[in-house]
Parts: sequence; C-alpha cells; structure tokens
Amino acid sequence: MADQQQLFKVTIDNITVEVPPGTTILNAARKIGGDVAPPAMCYYSKLQGSGGKCRTCLVEVSKGSDKDPRPMPKLVASCRTTVMDGMEVKNITSPKVIDARAGVVEFLLINHPLDCPICDQAGECHLQDLSYEHGKAGTRYEFQRRTFHKVDLGDKIQLHMTRCILCYRCVFVADQLTNKREHGILDRGDHAQIATYIEKNLHNEFIGNVIDVCPVGALTDKTFRFKNRVWFTKPVDAHRDCPKCSGEVQLWMRGDEVFRVTARKDEWGEVKDTTSGKPGWICNDCRFDKKHINDWVIEGPSAISRHSVISQGHYVGIEKPKEVLIDVMGGRKPRLFLDIHDVSEVNKPNIELSLIDGPATSDTFNGTKKD
Amino acid sequence: MKLLLEKDHVEGIRYYDTYRREGGYRSVEKALKTMSPEAIVEEVKKSGLRGRGGAGFPTGMKWSFIAKPEGVPRHLVCNADESEPGTFKDRYLMEFIPHLLIEGLIVSSFALGSNATYIYIRGEYAWIVDILEQAITEAKNNGWLGKNILGTGFDCEIYVQRGAGAYICGEETALIESLEGKRGNPRIKPPFPAIKGVWDRPTVVNNVETLAAVVPIINMGGEEYAKIGVGKSTGTKLISACGNLNKPGVYEIDMTISVEEFIYSDKYCGGIPNGKKLKACIPGGSSVPILPANLLLKTAKGEQRMMNYESLSDGGFATGSMMGSGGFIVLDEDQCVVRHTLTLARFYRHESCGQCSPCREGTGWMEKILHNIEYGKGKMTDVDLLWDIQRKIEGNTICPLGDAAAWPVAAAIRHFRDEFEWHILNPEESQKRNYGIAHYADERAVAV
Repeated sequence: MADQQQLFKVTIDNITVEVPPGTTILNAARKIGGDVAPPAMCYYSKLQGSGGKCRTCLVEVSKGSDKDPRPMPKLVASCRTTVMDGMEVKNITSPKVIDARAGVVEFLLINHPLDCPICDQAGECHLQDLSYEHGKAGTRYEFQRRTFHKVDLGDKIQLHMTRCILCYRCVFVADQLTNKREHGILDRGDHAQIATYIEKNLHNEFIGNVIDVCPVGALTDKTFRFKNRVWFTKPVDAHRDCPKCSGEVQLWMRGDEVFRVTARKDEWGEVKDTTSGKPGWICNDCRFDKKHINDWVIEGPSAISRHSVISQGHYVGIEKPKEVLIDVMGGRKPRLFLDIHDVSEVNKPNIELSLIDGPATSDTFNGTKKD
Repeated sequence: MKLLLEKDHVEGIRYYDTYRREGGYRSVEKALKTMSPEAIVEEVKKSGLRGRGGAGFPTGMKWSFIAKPEGVPRHLVCNADESEPGTFKDRYLMEFIPHLLIEGLIVSSFALGSNATYIYIRGEYAWIVDILEQAITEAKNNGWLGKNILGTGFDCEIYVQRGAGAYICGEETALIESLEGKRGNPRIKPPFPAIKGVWDRPTVVNNVETLAAVVPIINMGGEEYAKIGVGKSTGTKLISACGNLNKPGVYEIDMTISVEEFIYSDKYCGGIPNGKKLKACIPGGSSVPILPANLLLKTAKGEQRMMNYESLSDGGFATGSMMGSGGFIVLDEDQCVVRHTLTLARFYRHESCGQCSPCREGTGWMEKILHNIEYGKGKMTDVDLLWDIQRKIEGNTICPLGDAAAWPVAAAIRHFRDEFEWHILNPEESQKRNYGIAHYADERAVAV
C-alpha cells in the first residue's frame, strides 16, 4: 500500500486546515472559503504563472512554520507563497493587511473609473466588490487620469484600456491557450498598456476567453455590450456537440433569448473544469455565434451564490404559487384589460434584442434603424 | 589600501600584455591548478565579501546556495547594468581594467561550475561593450578562455549581452528575463535564481565589483582579505562620489575611514566647492535614504559615522541610511531637497516596470504631488499624503524598486519636512527660484 501523502497544517485567521505540500496560502484559504479567502485580481488558477502582480491578496505570515516559527518580515502575496507545516497566517484578522489592501484598492482606482452604471462588467466585476469592501467614499487623487480611445480587437472583442488594471491575465490566456500571441503589454510603469502594437485584430479560435478572464470591464464581448445587465439575465448551464471545445457553457438568457454565452465559472469567478476534468475554456464559435436556444441542450439553471447580485430574480427550486384567482372566479381566467405590447413603443415582443447588431435604440423600435 | 584600482594608473593596463606583465591572471592559475571549486567558495566565505551591487548579501553564502542537479548546466551572470543614479564605479572598473573582471569571472565560473558565463551590461555603456569584447578575445587568444583552460579540463566562454537601458533590468530576476530575450519584468521569488535562473537553470548573479574582488581574495587568501576593513565590512569598496564636491570621482576605500574624512580629506573628495556648508548626502546611490549633515557625520549615539555597512545603516532608517552600491551624492547648503526628491521620484516613476499596482500607480502619484510642491502649487495636506503613499508602496511590491522609490521620499520628509512646508507656504518664492528645469510637460494623458 502506498504511503499516505503527508499533509501540512495551516492556520488562517485562526481556522486550521490541512493541505498537501506545494499548496499556496490562497488556495488553502479558499479551501476554508468565505472571507478568509483573500481577494485575487490577477491570480487565475487555470493560467500558469499568473498571480503576484496586483497585490490584493497580500497576507501576514505571523508564524513561518513549526520548524522556523519566525514571522515573515513583509506581507506576502498569498497566491504565490506556498504553505509550510504549522504556518500561521492572518488575513482579515490583520490590521496591517486590511490597511495594505485598502492602499492597493486606492492605487487600482487611480486609473480605473468606477463607471459601473455603464460598464458591462457591472455585477460580475471583482474590483467593484473589492472597492465596496475596502475602498473609501472619496479619493485623494487630484490629477488627470490617463485616458484611451476604445480599441476594436476584431469584430467581437472591444478593449477599454481606460478600465484595465494590468493584471496580465489576458496575456497569459493568449500565451497559453492560443497558438499565436498577438497582444501583450506595451510600455512601462503607469504608461503600460495592453496593446497589439499596431492596432491589429485578435484572430484565434480561443481568443474569446480573454473576455472571461478579465476581472474588470476592460475586454468586453461586442455581441453582448449594452444589450442587458447581467442581473436581469438568467444563467443557465447548457452544452452542445462542439468539435473545437468541450461545448460546456453558461447561457445568459432572458426569456428564450440567449443574450450571452460564457464559460462556466466557479465560486471564485474562474473557469470551471469540464466533466472530463479539463479547464472549460470555450471556442469563439460557441461564444459568439451560437446565440439561438436551438443550438444548445439546456441542462438547467446555474448555481449562483445567494449573495451575488446575479441571484436577484433568479429563483431556483422555488415552486410557482398556485393561481387562486381562477378558483375564486369559478374556473374562469381573469380578463386581460390591457396588453402592454399594444401601447408600448419600446417593448415589442417581435424584436429579439439579443439578435440585433449593437445596442438597442429608439430607432430599433421605430423601425428606422439602418444596418 | 587599493586592491582593485591598484594598477589603474599603469599605462595600457586595459590591454592584455600590460595586464599580464603587471601580474594579471595569477588568480586563475592558482585557482584552476591548485584549488577545487569547493575550496574557492570556502575562500570567498572566509573573506567575508559582501555583494557590492547594493544589497550587501554575503557572496560566499550566495554561492553555496546554488543547486547542483546532475547533468544540468549552471550559469554565472555578471550584473553590469549599473543604472542607479549616482553610481558609476563599475563603469570605471570595466573601462580601465577590463581584464580584472574577466579574471574574476573565470575564477568564479570555475567555482560555480559555469561553462557559459554572461556579462549583462547596460545598453548605454556601448563603448565599454567593445572594450570588454576586446578583452575577452585577448583572454581567449592567450588560453584563459575556451576549451580545456590551462589543461585543467575546464571549459568556459564569456558572452557580453547588452541591455536596452532599463533600470529594472539591474534587478537580478528582471535581468534574467531580459537575458532570455523577454520583457525585463522581475520574477516572483521563490524560486530564487540559485534554483531556477537563466533558462530555468541554477544561476548566480553578481555585481561587477563583487566578481572583480574575487581576484585579490584568491591571490591573498580569504583570511588576509578579511583583515582589511572592519567588522562585517571586509575588504575594499569602490565609492563613486558626485554632487557638490571638489574632487568627484571613483575612490577605492578600505571601510575604516570616516565619512568626514572621505568628504573633506584631500586624499578623497577634497571638501565642498567655494567653502560652502554640507547640507545632506545620499550615501549609497539614489535609492537609499538621504541623511542631513548632522546625522551624516555622527550616528544617533554621537559616534563618528564610518564609511562601512554597519555604521551607515546605524540600526535603522530613522537615523541611518545604507552603504548601498556606493553612489555617494553630496548636496551643499544651496541645494533644494524637494527638487532633488522630485528628480528621483521622476526617475523611479519612469523606470517602474508596471507589473504590480503599488509601484506602477504609487510612483506616478508621488511624482505628481512632488511636482506640485516644487512648483508652488502644493497643499499642506500633500506632505502627509506623500508620507502615506510611500508607506503603502514600501514592502508591498514584487521587487525592491518599490522600496527604492519610497525610501528617498520618506527620508526627505522625515529630515526636511520644513523645506516641503516652505515650498507650500511660499508658493511665489518657490516659483521664482530658477532651477533650470524645463517646463515639465504632462505626458501621462496619453491618447492612443
């Protein structure tokens, strides 16, 4: 019988957990879950080499290990620091960590506008959550922010460099998922930007995944932009027989309309593994071109955390209450006095918002929109 | 005492024939023919040599950390990316006595088992590249490099690689990335280069002066070398002195002299021009904390401050600074600390690699506030804001560039807060002062 693998005991915020050697502090904390897990803007478990850059996951190691109990002199990036046996870590119990994290949030918000009301990432933005938890109402920064024009990276992806926090995740995706990297970081310091050098398109069957990994609204799906808010849509697990990828996706629907297709995400906002155990990256065909319900086999509503804004209006397992009016009226259905579609100029059921090219405007409903 | 610059006055010492005639390459003969690699490492350990690039980590100990997996090549990399403002000692060494570095590299390569050794040199030192390549060719033509050196079976080649002139590429992991042909971004440690360095092979990165110092250590023996200097500051140190000094230049000192002697003695810097008073000094290159004159000449305990690692650090940043790389920048009474701090902040903002948020955003923010204060547009709250920003950068970044940007600002506020406040309280006066700085265009609002 093979020897049982030795496990390391780690205590994070006074909660002890056992993990295999080589586990990072972040992943050990994720095992505990909840607030004990530090936030991570640049770390992405499915992308090799990611992490360590945004510094939001800094933690205090108050005891190095049982063998060497000295505390670490500086805060460490939990996503890149592996655990030792007997290590003690402070995350939310350390005022130093909270202070440093608030500092990082302040730095990140210098060049990231909180334009959540118009940003497509609102509702699923990690920086939005982070600034809500650690940010301050005002800013001490009084200088001009850097600004950029929007860049079309092909006909399906748009880059809002103004919102980019330079987490490098999209660069890792392009490096590790596609066979030809066409974009990267240009310039240094606060001039640094994601770019294709000379504005090129991103052509690759899997390049759409850069949208999924972007923790903020810098890379957006042009087939979904301004069509809807994510919390008005209903996430549904679905699959199709795709020759390029696993075909296991999440559809974001409203009624029977498919507004958006993304890879399935886990509780940390990262791409989930497929049923075969591989990371569930999806191809561009599934993401951008299969926008009809008949393209998919619906599996059922996705599990959404109760605390997420997306869970609003997304009731799973709730039985529809019995219609009592019909009983009261002796089996007669109530008479409909007014059909909203008869009087509304903007709510025409024959117009499928998900299928129109670009955002809906009054021209769409007046029938004067030119293609 | 001079060990490294002992022969720098000899005409033609740059060339092999003269260098050899003056006793050059003796250490290679001794090391390769009579010593084992382990014995050389032991000798360096005994010498107490500390890394001369700035951090001051014991070299022998660093060498002993290198992993020795079977069948995997190891590398030695010479860090000649001397980009710290105020530091120019390696340039002098390479320009005038290039064979000393080559000699040190051969011995060190033998000690570390490196058959392919690299000199990563700052791109702006273009003419030194030619000098080094000529020296390497001469060494190779005379049998000190190449296959089977001195018939000992040891093979070694030295390659010179030019950087593109980025300060961050002086950080050892960024240097390794750049050497591999990638963007010069620092790597996240661990793994350390001693385990995974160039092309994932065990690598040691040492500064030019450190590697040159291996030559006298082997020639005279580690124990003899350790007798020079004081405490843990053994051997000699090159100091590049600049600023308001009568005799700026590169000096080799043994670390027993006082700061006062170094500034005022005719043997070294010869005092301050026009009899002006000493105001402050950055004793170890621009990244280390600035010290006002009273703390520069005396430690917090009232003892005379010496030119060595321990005395300059004085047990903490509040009253001390660092030996750093030995860039000794002196400011006389007419100099404006706010202006100098702005210049440094501008440099660090420009050189931040942009990987981690505190450094990328914080350095730019500090520079903008300093710019406002310097040009009479500051507010009283700006000083505390600056203090808070530097505090949030320090220690929270991937590499030490964040600390290097934060420390000068912190020390300037700690010791010269009144000067910052003077700028804020007297905006018209501070605007009148002609510093000769061209109007600083705001280049950050980039529209692409």
